[in-house]
Amino acid sequence: MEALDGNAIGGMLYQVFGGEMTMAQAVCRRCGARAPLAECAVYLGGPGVVVRCRACHNIVMVLVEVRQMVCVDLSGLSKLEQPE
Amino acid sequence: MSAVVDETPRVRTLELEIPGWPGHVAGQHVDVRLTAEDGYRAERPYSLASAPGEAPAITIQRLEDGEVSPYLTEDVRPGDRFEVRGPIGGYFVWRPNDGGPLFLAAGGSGVVPLRAILRHRRNSMSEVRARLLYSSRTLEDIIYRAELDGDDVVHTLTRAQPSGWTGYARRVDTGLLREVAWPVEDGPLAFVCGPTSFVETVAAGLIDLGYVPTRIKTERFGATGGR
Repeated sequence: MEALDGNAIGGMLYQVFGGEMTMAQAVCRRCGARAPLAECAVYLGGPGVVVRCRACHNIVMVLVEVRQMVCVDLSGLSKLEQPE
Repeated sequence: MSAVVDETPRVRTLELEIPGWPGHVAGQHVDVRLTAEDGYRAERPYSLASAPGEAPAITIQRLEDGEVSPYLTEDVRPGDRFEVRGPIGGYFVWRPNDGGPLFLAAGGSGVVPLRAILRHRRNSMSEVRARLLYSSRTLEDIIYRAELDGDDVVHTLTRAQPSGWTGYARRVDTGLLREVAWPVEDGPLAFVCGPTSFVETVAAGLIDLGYVPTRIKTERFGATGGR
């Protein structure tokens, strides 16, 4: 499956976090790489959305929508920071 | 939806009237959500094709096995309504104050958000230089062809070329970028949009040429990502 990027899930992230998130800096818990969510690798083909670190391919975020509720797993992140 | 423009046999632009539309920034997109009678929903992101200050418009390429694009390119009529969420995105955007010079690279319908940037640059009388490298399969697949004649655009046709074609006739690679992209010394700002393989090739090529990674903005799309 080809990876897209965080731009593709901007709307879903907005819905979950209540604001524009593609510029938020994601720090990978495994390798420490820092990148805006817009640049992270995003896989849409599965039952949920998988977001991976471009440096080490660690899963940094999983979003699954079940019956109008979005379940979010951020355990692959050590930080998620909005730019100043 | 208020008006339709046929761009190519497979591509249309839809002008939208959205109550309460707050305005948008060049490069942003909207999510279009369709709900079937049985409640099944499908949602896809589509880049805004119009400049800030203009009515919101989206350009859609029909994907044969798509869930959303066949409706938007064939069935929908002016006056029909569908659900739109947006504007969305703060990364793949350009404002005149962001400067340039702008090097824009589009693969196929990846030209849509870049067209919004070019229009915004023109409408705002920006003096930032802008060049678009636009890769299409054939001449007929070029979206906004007449409008882009007024801009600094370098075309490449990767699948078939008309007789007498004087543009490029191959896939974009580092060698082609070296000939077309602004020199690194000019401090260019790059926007690259297209299918994943196109975006990764161009972004890697620009980095080879010495472009600063943080000044290369990328947006990838695929069959499941819409657009």
